[in-house]
Amino acid sequence: MGITLTESAAKHINGYLEARGKGVGLRLGVKTSGCSGYAYVFEVADEIEKDDVVIENFGVKVIVDPKSLLYLDGTELDYTREGLNEGFKFNNPNVADTCGCGESFTV
Amino acid sequence: MVLFQISEPGETKLQRQHHLAVGIDLGTTNSLVATVRDGDAQTMVDAQGNHHCPSVVRYFADSAPVVGQAAKDAAYQDPLNTIASAKRLLGRGVADIETTANKLPYEFSKADCGMPFIQTVAGDISPVTVSADILKTLMRQAEADLGGELDGVVITVPAYFDDAQRQATKDAARLAGLKVLRLLNEPTAAAVAYGLDSGSEGVHVVYDFGGGTFDVSILRFSRGVFEVMATAGDSALGGDDVDRVLAEWMMAEAGLSGEIEHSHLRRIIGEANCAKEALTIADSVSFSIDNSEGEKWQGTLSRTDFEALIESLIMRTLRPCRRALRDAGLTVGDIQDVVMVGGSTRIPRVRECVAEFFEREPMVDIDPDKVVAVGAAIQADILVGNQPGDEMLLLDVIPLSLGLETMGGLIEKLVPRNTTIPVVRAQEFTTFKDGQTAMSIHVLQGERELVADSRSLARFELRGIPPMNAGAARIRVTFQVDADGLLSVSAKELTSGVESRIEIKPSYGLSDGEVEKMLADSLLYAEDDVKKRRLHEQVVDSARLIEGVEAALHMDADGMLTNKECLTIKAALVALKEKQQGEEIALIKAAHDKLERATSDFAARRMDIHINEALSGKLLDQIID
Repeated sequence: MGITLTESAAKHINGYLEARGKGVGLRLGVKTSGCSGYAYVFEVADEIEKDDVVIENFGVKVIVDPKSLLYLDGTELDYTREGLNEGFKFNNPNVADTCGCGESFTV
Repeated sequence: MVLFQISEPGETKLQRQHHLAVGIDLGTTNSLVATVRDGDAQTMVDAQGNHHCPSVVRYFADSAPVVGQAAKDAAYQDPLNTIASAKRLLGRGVADIETTANKLPYEFSKADCGMPFIQTVAGDISPVTVSADILKTLMRQAEADLGGELDGVVITVPAYFDDAQRQATKDAARLAGLKVLRLLNEPTAAAVAYGLDSGSEGVHVVYDFGGGTFDVSILRFSRGVFEVMATAGDSALGGDDVDRVLAEWMMAEAGLSGEIEHSHLRRIIGEANCAKEALTIADSVSFSIDNSEGEKWQGTLSRTDFEALIESLIMRTLRPCRRALRDAGLTVGDIQDVVMVGGSTRIPRVRECVAEFFEREPMVDIDPDKVVAVGAAIQADILVGNQPGDEMLLLDVIPLSLGLETMGGLIEKLVPRNTTIPVVRAQEFTTFKDGQTAMSIHVLQGERELVADSRSLARFELRGIPPMNAGAARIRVTFQVDADGLLSVSAKELTSGVESRIEIKPSYGLSDGEVEKMLADSLLYAEDDVKKRRLHEQVVDSARLIEGVEAALHMDADGMLTNKECLTIKAALVALKEKQQGEEIALIKAAHDKLERATSDFAARRMDIHINEALSGKLLDQIID
């Protein structure tokens, strides 16, 4: 069971945390919503809950609740630039299909 | 694949919840706001139940400005502090509006930033602020109606709006606290409202006869993209003119002549407006106005008489139609649909004339006053993410090629016209001279080959290039156009990494000295200025010819020309110089052509003789080298 970050993703997350001045790590999760069923949660975490799984990559703590981890296992999080945009990208092997906008997916 | 940004704890947006989005038709005379509710786009009403909000703002010394009907009603009491038609000034520099400003009843202050400010009791107000105040009113109206903060808006702009005018519109929205999803061309919005974007590919005409302006646009829809092929119009022709013609007729009928009081005239114009609207359905209408003795004068107006009165106004709208067709290189037979926009298209005779002209029935099912706002609302709903699927995103294209100046006054085009936006294009250039350490980058827009014939958008310099042999430096110039059609250009020398960039911003980019220079350099492309632009082009063209001919005469008149030939050329030269002083393009062009004809033999002779001189007595190798 695991989630990996690329070095570039870790660098950007660390940068964000430093600029923000507080936060213990990055919370990844999955919510039911969207046209294809699930959507990612992608936010800073100020605390770690009791059941959370913490995975450390390049010095960044990735915090996932156990239920979400089922859908995220094996995901690689990358930071890329595409055309005019740059941001984080989920390479999730569990995804069977994404919706048109790419913000939600089915497993 | 979508890219994610980090959110604050608990703030990850829940997708697929309904986002609040509206479309705004920010008009010269009236503005409207519309939204999609349960799959149906409709305009929203204010507290008084009005769909449209007059684009008028009245400023006070010690209280908040008043927007809309109340401001419009006060225009006659307080003309200097009540700003109407701010859209005509939006994104223009002081120099650009001089002609327009003379017709407007406001006091302009000469700000040193190049942006026109209107003097009011509330201080100097810019057209951007006026537009922002109108947008704020519409925003509050929409938020009250929808019960929440707006996630985004689509604002429509005329197809002929240039970069500066579009940027000014965006800035007005930002000032109002709105998130602009996209600026949309007004004719495109109308086409979207009629669902032409989901129909087959083809060419459509949008005939927009509004309260104060007339615009016609020819759009081509292909592969999901609306391209504006041509626009034309008359910025001083609209429903107000119809009212005026009618009022004049009523006054003549009632025996009113000469000077009459302003308030009286206003009442008559109001009566004329009512009569006009009634005649949309009725065959005749009776009206009453006060005559010079202050008695009621009763009259009737039949639809036939009404139509005869306004025939010439309608004909004035068909001329731009013809011009737009010609500019687009099309004939009436190429047109698939004609979309009617603007209140004046309710007049049955207007519809008949348009139908006759384009040889097909125009589309009139959607309220012509609301159609643009409705189209904007549909687009906003898609952009904000309320529609499933990603196929429906309407793409826009850049209307004119973008490029930069290269040696010899030629343009190298980096982004060809009709490229869909957003887009990034880059190309490498090099230095021209040994040891060259700086490069001037001149950004241009246009289809022609010569810099002199194109529109200058900006100039900036890349300095600090390490000295190298000519051709060794590698300078990568990148053009980037965002989804609203706004351009930024950067240049980077690849071996040393020195970099310079510019965003093409409009006249009022107060902080930016370069921008002012750009404005000074730029030629406005808006319809009012097309004529000026043509004249300027002609003058530049002719000045070049004059210079060339004078230089040639100076060098070669003796020996190559007979006395008579010389006199003919000189006469033509003087004639052209004289015409250059005037403003008649046709006359200058005629004199220009005449001088060209008069000198064509001379030019050929010079060419032959000089080539002979250059080649004679030289070895083939020397020449080739």
